[in-house]
This record gives sequence, structure tokens and C-alpha cells, in this order.
Amino acid sequence: MTETSARTTDTLTPVLTAGWADERSWTLDAYARRGGYEALDKAFAMGPDAVIGAVKDSGLRGRGGAGFPTGMKWSFIPQDNPNPKYLVVNADESEPGTCKDIPLMMASPHTLVEGVILSSFAIRAHTAFIYIRGEVLHVIRRVQAAVAEAYAAGHLGRDIHGSGYDLDVVVHAGAGAYICGEETALLEGLEGRRGQPRLRPPFPAVAGLYASPTVINNVESISSVPSIIAHGAEWFSSMGTEKSKGFGIFSLSGHVQRPGQYEAPLGITLRELIDLAGGIRQKSDGQRHELKFWTPGGSSTPLLTAEHLDVPLDFEGVGAAGSMLGTRALQIFDETVCVVRAVLRWTEFYKHESCGKCTPCREGTWWLVQTLARLEKGQGSEADLDLLLDQCDNILGRSFCALGDGATSPISSSIKYFREEYLAHLTHGGCPFDPAASTAWSDRTVGATA
Amino acid sequence: MTLQQDRTGQEVDRTDLVSLTIDGVQVSVPKDTLVIRAAEQVGIQVPRFCDHPLLAPVGACRQCLVDVPDAGNGRGFPKPQASCTLPVAEGMVVNTQATSEVADKAQQGVMEFLLINHPLDCPVCDKGGECPLQNQAMSNGRGESRFAASGGVKRTYPKPINISAQVLLDRERCVLCARCTRFSEQIAGDPFIALIERGALQQVGIYEKEPFESYFSGNTIQICPVGALTSAEYRFRSRPFDLVSTPAVAEHDACGSAIRVDHRRGKVMRRLAGNDPEVNEEWITDKDRFAFHYARQADRLTYPQVRDTDGSLRPASWPEAFAVAARGLAEAGAVGVLPGGRLTAEDAYAYSVFARVALGTNDVDFRARPLSAEEADFLASEVVLTGPWAGAVTYADLEAARTVVLLGLEPEDEAGAIFLRLRKASGRGTRVLSVAPFSSRGLRKMAGVLVPAAPGTEAEVIASLAERSEHGLDTDTVLLVGERLATSPGALTAAAALARRTGARLAWVPRRAGDRGAVEAGCLPTLLPGGRPVADAGARVDAATTWGVDSLPEAPGRDADQIVAALVSGELGGVVVGGVDPDDTADPAATRAALRAARFVVALELRETDVTREADVVLPVAPVSDKAGTFITWEGRPRPFDPVFTHPGSLPDLRVLAGIAEELAALGRGRPLGFRTVDDVRARMAELGGWDGERPAPSADPAPTSLAPTGHRDGQASAGTDGMVLATWKQMLDRGSMQDGDDALRATARMPVARVTAATYDVVGPTVTLTGDRGSVTLPAEITDDLVDGVVWVPANSFGDGVLAGLASPGSRVSVKGAGA
Repeated sequence: MTETSARTTDTLTPVLTAGWADERSWTLDAYARRGGYEALDKAFAMGPDAVIGAVKDSGLRGRGGAGFPTGMKWSFIPQDNPNPKYLVVNADESEPGTCKDIPLMMASPHTLVEGVILSSFAIRAHTAFIYIRGEVLHVIRRVQAAVAEAYAAGHLGRDIHGSGYDLDVVVHAGAGAYICGEETALLEGLEGRRGQPRLRPPFPAVAGLYASPTVINNVESISSVPSIIAHGAEWFSSMGTEKSKGFGIFSLSGHVQRPGQYEAPLGITLRELIDLAGGIRQKSDGQRHELKFWTPGGSSTPLLTAEHLDVPLDFEGVGAAGSMLGTRALQIFDETVCVVRAVLRWTEFYKHESCGKCTPCREGTWWLVQTLARLEKGQGSEADLDLLLDQCDNILGRSFCALGDGATSPISSSIKYFREEYLAHLTHGGCPFDPAASTAWSDRTVGATA
Repeated sequence: MTLQQDRTGQEVDRTDLVSLTIDGVQVSVPKDTLVIRAAEQVGIQVPRFCDHPLLAPVGACRQCLVDVPDAGNGRGFPKPQASCTLPVAEGMVVNTQATSEVADKAQQGVMEFLLINHPLDCPVCDKGGECPLQNQAMSNGRGESRFAASGGVKRTYPKPINISAQVLLDRERCVLCARCTRFSEQIAGDPFIALIERGALQQVGIYEKEPFESYFSGNTIQICPVGALTSAEYRFRSRPFDLVSTPAVAEHDACGSAIRVDHRRGKVMRRLAGNDPEVNEEWITDKDRFAFHYARQADRLTYPQVRDTDGSLRPASWPEAFAVAARGLAEAGAVGVLPGGRLTAEDAYAYSVFARVALGTNDVDFRARPLSAEEADFLASEVVLTGPWAGAVTYADLEAARTVVLLGLEPEDEAGAIFLRLRKASGRGTRVLSVAPFSSRGLRKMAGVLVPAAPGTEAEVIASLAERSEHGLDTDTVLLVGERLATSPGALTAAAALARRTGARLAWVPRRAGDRGAVEAGCLPTLLPGGRPVADAGARVDAATTWGVDSLPEAPGRDADQIVAALVSGELGGVVVGGVDPDDTADPAATRAALRAARFVVALELRETDVTREADVVLPVAPVSDKAGTFITWEGRPRPFDPVFTHPGSLPDLRVLAGIAEELAALGRGRPLGFRTVDDVRARMAELGGWDGERPAPSADPAPTSLAPTGHRDGQASAGTDGMVLATWKQMLDRGSMQDGDDALRATARMPVARVTAATYDVVGPTVTLTGDRGSVTLPAEITDDLVDGVVWVPANSFGDGVLAGLASPGSRVSVKGAGA
């Protein structure tokens, strides 16, 4: 992955990914060679409000998917609240297709740690938590090691760099639940309870972790802060589009020649990204497959098709195309893929991960899977498509949190673009696709060897 | 629902009202009201499952979605909103299912989802017929299942599983509203059930290491909006539409909790909590809910019996029994009366009048437990004739108080409704202090602070409270005095003095439902009905006039202990006994001896007991379900109730006493009581009214500490060579005879243990034998961190014949040894 993502072309803007190909890039030494932790002294000289101001001016919007302006979120922290303030980094990256935070933390954990220090300083927090998805033990260890290195080097702990500022960072391992990526469920998990979303209000900025003012930001958002402080808000906002400033990691996966992380200004198009990734995958005869559908930001964002290749990948552009920028997890599917099959797999994921708190998501995903599974087998009737859409209508916007909404996205968008394909399952009496054709070994003969 | 009232009962200030429009109807409600409840005010029922007015909003079931085209700021919500979590806002516009297609479709959609995994076992489900899911599926759902039509497969589970011995869970019926888990955590404070797993496999689970041991578990069954939680006691017993419901008042403690008795063909099938915001809100204890089988045990007395010439009891007619009783009492000489503490106020009044008018004595005492003369004085000077109408402490005052001090009272065991109210109050800032030998689980659940006191040292500790400024006792303080303080010399006097000194308000909380009514009715040797002091000539004239007698006995009578002693010594020849268990009395052996020594014993009882076996005449009396009556709560609040059943052969105590009195009058002794029915008694009580003369003066000072027999200091028991000081009280669920007949209930009682300090535990080990002057008992020992040194605690009636009969008197010394030694 690092091989492709480190590739530099004119359209790419490697900042977060710049050092990924360095020798032992995850170490403090490697990070320091690139000027790591130099933004701290600058920030300490600026003072917390100026740091918040810089992040506001930069136009940085949350990189976890929702795109809420980061600086504005920080300014919501009531500084007259007597309780401690907390920064919580959401590193529970679990969305199908999303793979930006985990490689970032693997390759350059100190970028995150430096961002945590700057952000905590800005909101006047003295304790910060990094909540990492429990399944990725290697990442947890790497971030733990980076935090230990930072303590040893005096970047964390008491009186950092002689500034008088104290900060402790706790690396917390999740227990394996997609819902804990939802920020209030994450707080529940961090407090030691089952991960289920909390009722809002109160919002975390007022009463979050341990009922204290809390900022929760995505790994990539926090990791962007050191560069903003180092190079200035103007530098950051010179990239991207009018309302979606800066750069971001675009994670291409699936049927492209070189899947990986491509860091580029927001507003880049999928056409450009596919070019950078060497195009849609080739057949054994050298011919290329064709793009059939793709997700702009993980499986919770409605599918797009080849007609959307030139949609600018920023918050507004993707929204206008009827989807969401999300986490820029671009999953590319070529014409060998059965959309019903893909959607069923995603739906099974949501059924498995629904926390169970609210009825529409809990029961709805249970039912959606059954309806889709029958359709995939060619059972049922065309009316079942309307049933599916009606179920989605009863889940979308009726659930407690966005998990239920996300579960409906692939279904309703796939029926919108590929209704005929669903019907083909019924007329064909099952799936008309060869499931092996979409696999990585589709051009090889695979069989049991005696 | 009416406008919310603040704690002084006045309507909320009008400026706090918020106006909004619901389905085109304008309504004004107090601010912070939730939309779902504002809708109720204009008569719109939004369907709901997880919502419960006494639980914190959770917004989990999504059944109550409504459309909000204007949130009060000119902008609407793009999506339907859960009306159970949305507070009202000025100018808000809400459209419910009645006027909004969006809301209606959203609700229908959620209902359809709820039903996909719900079994269609309504025909065999206890909840069928009174089920919110069933009802709302009819009102807000579709008739045909698209899930079944589309070949859906339901999630199934083995059913049912035990949450406790009493509470059963059918997981597939559960709609995961979390009412039960929230009740347990937020109200009872016994969070031993929790939701576990996730998605459609989410379910209510128990914590393997801690049983669901709660005195309030039955409430979870009642608030379950489906048939997921059922009780072993009621499961499959009847259908709701076969039941007749009668409101009643719980008879198990002095809380006066409103209950609903559901019965069928003359038999109580179950009991539910009534809804009385001023008293028990919507909660009752498991004892109030499940303990009603005692009234139909095999040993229930159904006909009068008299002692035959061969010494055995033989059946008799009522007239014969009355006549034999009257003759026996007339011939026995002086007679004492022990009515017991379970009576209705009307029955207690009858005993009081019977003693004075028919027997011509003040030898009457309702206290079937350890008592003191100091207590009788305390009741006369501080308790009788107080009540909410006269500014006495109420449940609402407990909630409003800044500090509540428990003096010799363990509310979780002795007064469940007080416990729940105090726990609620403690969550809102009320501080609870407890003068007790250790921090009980109940006190910890109220985040209370222990003021340690060994039994016998309470007087000193209470007296010292006023000095200790950290406790800040003042006029915002309520002192709750338990009946146990009667056994600690000087303690009640000290409590009354503390109240006067600090301006704190005082209330007495007895254990039994009839205790307070008996005080008001004058079932005390020093008090006539209505708080009239026997010693006051004017008071005697008052009562004598009403009763149509020339005079009343002037000398204060014997208290229960003295009656027992006088029977043994022969000064008293006869005794009339109501619901008294000798093992509850201060000296069970002496009480039994007194019954044997008495020349004539008349027993009025529900079931065969050690008293009826000694009696010369046994007169069966009606259980509470068979009579009208009134319980007076600890607050002094009358709680009248009507009979659930009409059984002509089931006579209340007052009718039986009237019958005996009439026969006595015929023999020339005393006069008829002048009443035969509950209505008669109520009229007589109203006619007599309360005493408007001077109250007996309170004792001036706390009794000197020399009264304390063991000479303790500073709340510590001295390390005597003769063992440890015995602390004890009854747990809510124990061997009490009124809990007979429901084994599932009894199985949820707490395991009896002997509480010891860590130091003692180190010496005696995990099993201890306690030996007192009345016997010994071996129990598992449990370390109790803040137990006062030199004290050992055991539950009073959870093993053998109980502490009083089988171990020692509370506050006396017992030896504590390792059972292996």
C-alpha cells in the first residue's frame, strides 16, 4: 500500500502520507527528521484561542464522514464549565471500505500524537483519549509505542516543551463493535459500558465523557492540525474547493489496478483517481473491465455509477449527486460484480453490527437481510423491491442514530440504478452472475488438487 | 393528568408555561414537558413502549414518532421526532399520527418492525388482553403481516428463563424497550439485569455472579409493555378479561401503598401497584405484590371454636362462641387486651372501646414487639393526631427535604415506599444520614452517610447530632424515627429533643400497617381514641360521653409486657388477643407462659397459631380483602379501602368484639359497644374526633446515659468479655407468616448472614455460631466494613423461630464463635 500511496504526481498533495515510505516511518526519529513536533512550540506561542482560530480559518471539516467544521466544534466547548475538558480521537475505523486511519496510524502515528497535543492545547484539555478499533491490535501497539516515545521525548506529560502545558494521552482499545464509531456510543464504551448511542442533548461538547465537555474528532482531522499550524491556515485553505478546503486521503479499493491511499485536494474526481490507480483492473487478455458502481465514502453512502466519474469529490459535489462524501472510501466494482450480492453482504454487516437499541435498525436490518437473501436466490416477486424500498423508508430517519440510515443507503441506491438487475435474478431463478468472475483469481483456474 | 404541582401543592407559576400546537389544538404546559405528555393533555395518545413517566427518557423504541413542521424557531425537523424525548418549545407545531401521514406511516413502520420478531402467542400470553403491544398494534399497525407474507423467519429462543425465582423472561416476546432495566437501575437501584448482546439478539440478561435480588422486582413485570416478564406466581393463572379489579391498600407495612387487587370467582389472582403520586407513585414492594396467599392457607380459620370439656377445641356457632367468650372473660377476673399491629383503624378502635367499655380496663396495648414506656410517652406527645392536614411530614416532604436522618429505621426492609422515595430524592440532592450500626445496602443505594451507633447508644449519638455542624441539621431536615428506637433507652426522647433544638421535622415510621391507626384509636394503656390522655379527666369525660358510660378507668393501664407479666403472676386472669405472634414479642417465652397461665384466652385470628392453640375461644376474623377499613400511613394519612369480597361469614374484628361485648353486657359486665359495622365505627370515630386539649408534655431532656444498661460511649460498643452487642431488624422478605404460600417470593429473600467486622471475621471464620440467653444459631458470616466494633448483626426473622425466641433480646450480648471451633 505504501508503495502506491507514496507515489507523487501533480494532482496528489501528500501531507499526511508524505513520510509513509520513509525508513521506519513510524518512529519518532523518522517523524522528527521531517520536522515533527515542531508545530508544538509555535502553537504554545500562539495560545489556545489562536490555534482554534487557525483551524477555523483553515476551513478544515471533519474527516470522519460528516464534515462538521472542526474549529467550530472546538469553539463549542464551554470554557466556564468547571469540569475537565477532554479530547477523544475516534480511531474506531470500521466502515466497510474505509481504510485511511488505520494505515495512517500504522505508518505515521506521531502525526496523530502531535495533532492530539495541538488540539488538546487548543480546547484546554489535559487528558486525551485515542479510541482505537479493538480488532487492529497491531495499530494499537504502534500508537501505544508512539505515545510512549512522545512521553519519553517530553512531548507529552508535565510541562511540555517548558510551556507549562500538561497533557496525558490514553490509548484505549475498543472491543469490536461498529457502533462505537458513533461518537456517543464510543463515549459509552470509553466509560466502560456497552456501546450504544446516547440521547442528545446534551451534546458531547457540553456533557460528553464523564459528563464533561468533550471534543470527539476523527484521526485524519486531528492529524491534519499539525500541518495547519506549521504551514498556516491559508496554505491549507488554498487547497480543495470553496466549501471543502484542504486535502484528504482517498482510499481506493476493489477493481483498480493499484488500490491504495491517494492523498489529494478535496474536489478531485474519481476519473482522476482511477487514472492514478492505474485504471480499472485488466483482464488476462489485457482488456480492461468496466466500472459498474462505486461507493464514494464507504458502504453507508449511496452507490454511484460510471455516470458520476466526474463528480467533484467534495462534500457539496457528492451531496449534489445524491450521495455523501463520507470517509472517501472509494470501493470500485466492475461489471463482473452482482450488485444484489454486494448489497446483501453489506446488509448482513449492518444486521450484525446493529447495536439493538432502537427498533427500526434492529428489526429492520434483520428483515432486510431476509428479503435480500430471497431475492438473490431468485425467490419472491417484483413487489419485494417495493417492500425493500418501503422498509428502507421506515428505517431512514426513524432510527436512533445514523447506523440505520447507512444500512438503507446501498439498498435504495442500488435499486435506483440497478432495478433491472434485481429483476433479472427473479427471471433467471437465481443470480445470473458468476461469483468467481469478480474475484482476484478470476483469470486463473482454481480447483481442488488431489 | 393535571398541571404539575410543586412541592407545596401550588400550581406552577404561569410564566413558566410554554404554548404549542398539537394537531391544530393549542396547549400550554410547563416548560421542559415532553411532547408526548403535552399531547396527552389535549387527549391525543401517541403510541409508545419505552416511554414511562417515572423513568428517564431513552428514545429507544421509536414508536412515538411525530412530525414537527415547526420546532418553535420557524424551522421544522426534516425527520419525524421521538415525542418521548423532545421537550416542548414556544410556538412549536406538532402533528401526530392523527393529522400527519408522515407520523402515521413512521409509527406503522416501527410497529411492523416490532412485530416481525414477536411471537404470535397472544392466546397463551399472560399479557394478552391488557397488552400495550397488542392494543397499539391494533390502533397503529397493519392487519396483515408483510413479514410472514414475504417468508420471513422469526428469531426464537427457548422460553422462559428465570431472571429470579419469581421473575420469568420470555426473550422472544421482548421488544427491548429497557423499561425493566431502567427501573432496576434508576428506581430500585438493583441493577442486576441489563441488556446484553446486540442487534436483534439483544436481550435482557442477568449478571451471573449477582442474582436479581430485589425487593421491587415485580414492578418490572407490571411496566413491561409486552408479556416478556411474568411472575412464577401469576403465570398462566388467568386472563385479564376474566378478572375483576378492586382498588385497595397494601397491608404489609406502614406505607399505605395503593394497590389493585385482581380477583376471579372470589379468589385473589394477583395484585398490582396502584397509581398514587402522593404516596407510592406507581411502585410497590414485592411483598405488597405477591404476598397475599396467606389468606387462603390450609390453616385458615373458618368457623368459631370453643374449648370442650375434654380440652380440645370444637366447632361452635357464632352465638355460642360469643356467649362462651363473654362468660369466660367475665369469670376470669381482670382481663388484658393485646390487639396486635395489623388492624385497620376501625378494628383498632373497636379493641380500644372494648377494653374500656366492655372490660373496664386500660390494659390494652397494640405493640406486639419490644416496647418501652418511653415509647408510649413519645407516641402521645409527638405522634398521635399529626397528619398531612396538620403539616406533618409527607412523602413529598421527603423529596423536598435537604437532609433526611434515619434514626433506627431501615427503609428498604421496613418501609419500601419510603425507600424508593428517598432514593429518588437522594438522586436530586437530598442527603440521607442514618444512625445505625452499619451502612446497609439500602443506605448505600441512597448514597447515604452512616452515623455509627451500636444498639443502646442511639440516645447519645442522636443527642450529639445537633452539635455536629457538618450534618447541618435545620428546619429543612426530616427525622424519620423507626420503631426499633423503642428498645434503646432515651433514644426516642433524644430524637424529639433534637427536633425541637434544630427545628427539624419528625415522623415515626412503624413497621406494621395497623400500628399508626392503633395509636390514633387509643390501643395504648395511656391513650384513649383521638389522642386523649387517660390521665386527663376531661379527656375521659369526652370519651365516656360518646360511649354512653358514666366513667372510664382512671389509672393508666398495663403495657403489653406488663400484661404478660400480670397474666403470669395471676393479677390478670383473662386476655383477648388479636393478631399477635408470641415470637414477635419482647420475651416470647414469657408470652407463651402467660397464655398458658391465663385462666381464659380469647383469640381473634385469621389462621391457626400458637395463640389459637392455647385459646379457650377462637374467633375467626376477616382478612383485609373481606372487609372495609382504613390504614393510617406513617405520615398520619388515612387510607380507606372497600372490601374486595363479600363473605357473610367473614367478620371483621370489630363485629366479633361487638358480639362479645353484647354478651358481656347481658351478664351485667360493661355495655354494648354501640356499633356492629365498619360504617358504624367510622361514624363513631368521626363523632368523637381528635383531642383538642393539651397534649402530654414531652420529656424535657434526653434520658441520662445511665439508662443505657451496657454503658456504651460514642456509639461504640465496649469490648465486653461477655460477647458482642446484638443488632437486628426484620428484612422485608423473611419467615413472616403473611408471606406464606408463595415459595417463589420467599426464594427471593436475602440469604440470612451474620454481619461481623473484618477483625471478627479473621477470628471466627466464614461460619459463626451466635449464642445468647435464649438459644444459639449458626450462620454464614459476612464482613461488613463499617460495622461498629463489638457489634454483630443478624436478620430478626430469617431463621428458626427468629432472634427474639431463639437467640437473645436485641441490644443484649451474644457470644460469637467460629462454627468449627
